[in-house]
Amino acid sequence: MEPMPGISGVFAVVLLTAALGYLAGAVVIRRRGGWWPAERTASWIAGLVAAAAALIGPLADAAHHDFTAHMAGHLLLGMTAPLLLVLAAPVTLALRALPVARARTLSHVLASRPARVLTHPLTAAALNGGGLWALYTTGLYGAMRDHAWIHMAVHFHVLAAGYLFTAAVIGVDPAPHRPGRRTRIAALIAFLAAHAILAKHLYGHPWTGVLPADARTGAELMYYGGDLTDLALIYLFCRQWFQAADPARRNRPAAPRIHVVRPSRAPWRLPAEFRVQGHSARDRNMVSH
Amino acid sequence: MSAPTPVEARGHQATTLSGRNVLSGVLLGLGIAAFVDEVVFHQILHWHHFYDKGTPAAGLISDGLFHAFSWFATIAALFLFADLRRRGSFHRSLWWGGLLLGTGGFQLYDGTLQHKAMRLHQIRYDVDLTPYDWTWNITAVLLIVAGTILLLRARRRPA
Repeated sequence: MEPMPGISGVFAVVLLTAALGYLAGAVVIRRRGGWWPAERTASWIAGLVAAAAALIGPLADAAHHDFTAHMAGHLLLGMTAPLLLVLAAPVTLALRALPVARARTLSHVLASRPARVLTHPLTAAALNGGGLWALYTTGLYGAMRDHAWIHMAVHFHVLAAGYLFTAAVIGVDPAPHRPGRRTRIAALIAFLAAHAILAKHLYGHPWTGVLPADARTGAELMYYGGDLTDLALIYLFCRQWFQAADPARRNRPAAPRIHVVRPSRAPWRLPAEFRVQGHSARDRNMVSH
Repeated sequence: MSAPTPVEARGHQATTLSGRNVLSGVLLGLGIAAFVDEVVFHQILHWHHFYDKGTPAAGLISDGLFHAFSWFATIAALFLFADLRRRGSFHRSLWWGGLLLGTGGFQLYDGTLQHKAMRLHQIRYDVDLTPYDWTWNITAVLLIVAGTILLLRARRRPA
């Protein structure tokens, strides 16, 4: 199977548009005097780079004939890229950068019933895990290598379902109907189990046309490589719980997940009027916001 | 573990959070057992096999679920531990009792149901398995007994 040059072009345009759109949003917010953390922008760009590595270039070309390379691409596109993209909070960025009327439309769409069903962790886990099982246990994997449009649809699905799932479990964007932590962690464990079971299944039942040794290396990469992303997902999930359950915060309203202004890193101090005269200008600036 | 304990935490809260102490220990014990199994027996000794041709589906499903859950258990247990410490409600013998119970429990499950009933993989190949299986499962039972004793003693003598 030859690499598909036309497809690389399409992928490149889509990823570039996503990068420029996000940067434009960050610029709009900053021009208005708002604050958008640079690490979120960096996370978005890194996510797109991870997706690009899986879709375009040497790894994508090798993936056409090498199952291990395909699996490395799958981990980048379906797990690493979604994690980095979700942490970049693109929905929050859009809500803040768009004109009010459009932002309202967007929030209505996000609160609608179809969006609620689609972003539910169990739906997202089923889409994500089901997609993988369909890809590797039916004729889809073979068809993907022969038809450009199936190739594009499968790769879009892997990235989109990965994003939906990651956002449903550890998302930082506003989600009007985010279910409780028990549902989310159950969905996460179910998906991770499905991923591990599929990896061992592929190890024992390599897809026809894939050499057994190649299938085994690829399956082991899927199993242990998946563990690495899982580690990050579970850590972030638990850290969110840990911060929300802080007993010191019990009587205070929950802090916003994403601050509108840069949160102060300095420790709490007495208000200015109670303080001894003669403090530096920096302290007065701290109080002003 | 002689961190200063806030006075308010010693009475009411310490008793209500005893379940959380045991839970944190059990989860970490389970995680440690799974981790030792993976690192020592799969990766270092290469005794365990990643996959056996004859493994039935139930074996693979059980392995996948426990694999996913043990990662979660390890990390969640450490966060629970940090939570208990910040509340001043950490209880040493409850936590250690839970840990031994979790380690032994997983090892016994692995040694009896996963290795034998579901034939996921054996402890080692091309050797007489009897001494290996007995050592594996007796260790598991000893861990469970030690954990239970610690928990019972902690119950008799609170805090």
